Amino acid sequence: MINKIAPSIAEALAGVKDGSTVMIGGFGTAGIPNELIDGLIEQGAKDLTVVNNNAGNADQGLAALLKAGRVRKIICSFPRQADSHVFDELYRSGRIELELVPQGNLAERIRAAGAGIGAFFTPTGFGTELAKNSDGSPKETREINGIQYLLEYPIYGDVALIKAECGDRWGNLMYRMAARNFGPVMATAAKQTIATVHEIRELGALDPENIVTPGIFVSKIVKIERVATQAGGFKKAA
Amino acid sequence: MNSYQKRSKDELARRVAQDIHDGAYVNLGIGMPTLVANHIPKGLEVILHSENGILGMGPAPAEGSEDYDLINAGKQPVTLLKGGAFFHHADSFAMMRGGHLDICVLGAFQVSATGDLANWHTGEPGAIPAVGGAMDLAIGAKQTWVMMDLLTKKGESKIVNACTYPLTGIACVKRIYSDLATLECTPQGLKLIDKVEGLGHAELEKLAGLPIQPA
Repeated sequence: MINKIAPSIAEALAGVKDGSTVMIGGFGTAGIPNELIDGLIEQGAKDLTVVNNNAGNADQGLAALLKAGRVRKIICSFPRQADSHVFDELYRSGRIELELVPQGNLAERIRAAGAGIGAFFTPTGFGTELAKNSDGSPKETREINGIQYLLEYPIYGDVALIKAECGDRWGNLMYRMAARNFGPVMATAAKQTIATVHEIRELGALDPENIVTPGIFVSKIVKIERVATQAGGFKKAA
Repeated sequence: MNSYQKRSKDELARRVAQDIHDGAYVNLGIGMPTLVANHIPKGLEVILHSENGILGMGPAPAEGSEDYDLINAGKQPVTLLKGGAFFHHADSFAMMRGGHLDICVLGAFQVSATGDLANWHTGEPGAIPAVGGAMDLAIGAKQTWVMMDLLTKKGESKIVNACTYPLTGIACVKRIYSDLATLECTPQGLKLIDKVEGLGHAELEKLAGLPIQPA
């Protein structure tokens, strides 16, 4: 019998190793798996590479993970925020490595990892400062049918932490509104995907036409309470 | 003595909105471009795309009915129109990169006469770089339009021969909607579409610091 329902956040995260690449879903207030990030801080894995659209806000969630000194490198598109002071300080003092990736290339590199694509040519970023590798060497380019492209490689995760709306014991997931964002692609790109849900339904109760992430991409799901925080949706910050 | 008046932000947004056709799929960048949504002529159906995963984005919700799972790319609460849809990030950027969006309206630090765009990074030492969807948006839509003041606060032209700020994309801007004139960027340079009343052609060229082919 398949049962991907983990009884607790701690149990779901037990296997995360030092040095892992951890993909973390979410954009803005929507779809951030805050409970899993807090759990990862407790769990203690260090020397992590984090893949997220941003680099943390204020002092909680991803910012707290950075502040705890667990993250060696961050791969993201938009680290600078009004309240990204934790990242800003680490970056300015050279204590964190940043790989800045245009948002669409970030999503596509994650998608490519999940889809078994070895690399792909993208027009985004051609001719810009981001057409360089981290050592400053130029990324490979090619002209195809008169358009200039950059070669970009997949981003593979050891673990993906995502937030969905509801799921079942096979790991099938549905999302809510714009909280879907990176969840479905990150789920495909990591060796292990852990999702929080607000609701666990009986097998067969999720409409198969509306399952966004089929359970094959999901390792564990954990039920969390819906809280009146911004990231919980529905309501203004409590 | 100047006998012309600059377009206000709302007038500029209205000018941009005039050129959006019925049925267009449009992405409005963060900042001034979001104003365009308020000026889309009544009776047109224009579908707004938000790169975090929304098509058919509606206006801000009434106070108290914000839903923080329903936000725009600027992370502000929005609403969904009837017929709207949600999708994941890779699909959302496929809509851009795949050329499915008709129009993208962006702000800019600088635009070159041939349509190079610089709008993501000042390149100042110590500045933390952040790109977000800027590079994808710049090259992704069928038409990329820039909406900006022609001059910086210091009075320098933001339209240049070659951008000095780090580039967002090459030859990607089709039109510049500014507070003084609407211009087309072509491989041969700038071409006038329209300008504010009372502004002479020579004076506009002098302000822009570049030759402009008359309309």
